[in-house]
Amino acid sequence: MPTKKSQKIDIYAMTWRLPIIIWQLLFFVGPVIFMIAMSFFLVKNYRMTEAFEFINWSKMFSKNYFWDSYFYTVTIASISTILAMLLAFPASFALAFKASEKIRRWAIFLLIIPFFTSYLVRTFSWFVILSEKGVVNALLGYIGLGPFTMLNTNFGTLVGYMTLTLPLVVILQTITMANIDKTLIEAARNLGCKPLSTIWRVIIPLSKTGLIVAAIFCFILSFGDFVAPFYLGGSQEPTLPILILDTTKSGQQWPRAAVVAIVMMITLFTVAFIGIALAYRKKASK
Amino acid sequence: MNSNRILNIVLAAYVGAIFTFVFAPILFSVIFSFNSQRFPTIPLGSFSTEWYVKILNDPDIWQAALNSLIVSSSTAVIATILGFCTAYSDFRYNFRFKGPYLALILLPPTIPLIIMALAMLAWLSKLGMSGQLWSIVLAHSVLTAPFAMAIIRLRLNQMDPDLESASWNLGGSEWATMRYVIIPFCKPAIISGLCLAAAVSFDEFAVSWFVSGLNKTLPVVILEIVQGNIDPQVNAIGTFVFLISMSLVILAQIFFVYRQMKSTNT
Repeated sequence: MPTKKSQKIDIYAMTWRLPIIIWQLLFFVGPVIFMIAMSFFLVKNYRMTEAFEFINWSKMFSKNYFWDSYFYTVTIASISTILAMLLAFPASFALAFKASEKIRRWAIFLLIIPFFTSYLVRTFSWFVILSEKGVVNALLGYIGLGPFTMLNTNFGTLVGYMTLTLPLVVILQTITMANIDKTLIEAARNLGCKPLSTIWRVIIPLSKTGLIVAAIFCFILSFGDFVAPFYLGGSQEPTLPILILDTTKSGQQWPRAAVVAIVMMITLFTVAFIGIALAYRKKASK
Repeated sequence: MNSNRILNIVLAAYVGAIFTFVFAPILFSVIFSFNSQRFPTIPLGSFSTEWYVKILNDPDIWQAALNSLIVSSSTAVIATILGFCTAYSDFRYNFRFKGPYLALILLPPTIPLIIMALAMLAWLSKLGMSGQLWSIVLAHSVLTAPFAMAIIRLRLNQMDPDLESASWNLGGSEWATMRYVIIPFCKPAIISGLCLAAAVSFDEFAVSWFVSGLNKTLPVVILEIVQGNIDPQVNAIGTFVFLISMSLVILAQIFFVYRQMKSTNT
């Protein structure tokens, strides 16, 4: 028992400590480990039988569509991350340094709202707005442009990803930058540092950790989302989440879906690990 | 000075543009829900409550709404109890393996929902517990407990640790202290925890869709309608869901943030 030396178990302490351990072992660790085990099961006559075979792994890894999907998903999730970080930065900068404390609080509160609105409904709304005769094309039509095809393209997928990630990225960036010691920025200014190079040499290095955390979350969200690439991207190039969906829902091939899921998790852990290592790396040179 | 002013205006406009992008889909969803066109665009059609009438007369949607209500309220209770226990353990005790202990509760939201959905479906089917309404509750409690835990932990942070020892010195047992000191102190956070967990659960669709079987919740119904075709009913349902989630979030704010401000002022 983790309690110090005392012979009998501290019932009071355990009452509060144990529930989550038991619950998460049953309904979080259990499912994840079972999914890993399942990737070695066999499917015969549409029924899953417990086994320890590598056939699902070798089958998936030998398929071109799996690797195409893998590289596509990594690429579009990376583009989404870079895009969200760049799009959010000026807004977060303004909220962190130009806005008053009160406005900043309100802005963050407003940006929390989208998390509690249905992402599905928001995606559906974009589907209608971006369609061939939708609001955007109608507006562009007034100034003699378009119509543009925006649905079933990478652009559509990215609009969906931004809907999902931008609020979070702006919140995280704003909070990080608002916490920077303002006197350091003043000092840089007084020492003759130009505004842009103050951003580059003072603000970004000082908020590195928060910025990297924001980027990691953005990557995780885009990488794991099936709604945007499915409804707005038209799933012409299926992403890994869509692959899981198809293999589970239509194919009955749960073990193969598990293989995809595990590959996704390994990828995400690697990205998160590298990110965190970068965020906490001590300045080696300079 | 002048260029600084221009820069500020440009930045303000930019912030406005970002907010427009974020809120456009929510706003349009509400507008479209009152629009007569089957395929809404600009210029808008006439005002119409057609879609609301349609969903209100659909027994499947009523059933789904009821299911969602049952799932989200049960989830909220379980998640908040789990969150409270964990937050208190973290606040009060230092013990070995505390890092992994906290990771156990905090990790689930960082794993993509589609993966959790697959893992839950496989595991619960294996145990013979999938396809029920409470299968969703089990899965959702894992996903939402961290939110409740975080908010209760923040509240405990504001508690003077001496308060607990004072109660013991005055002869209160640990249990009595919990009952009469700690739980009352955490009450606003517990209520916001309930609201937040309910709001997160109310909107979740991936896990619900996988494990629910035939017991659909509202987001699953939306998912299925959307898969079919363009149907403005989605906007009407979405507006309802939005109103419910928002009321929960605002309640959470009122109970937590407002009380917190009050307690720091006095």
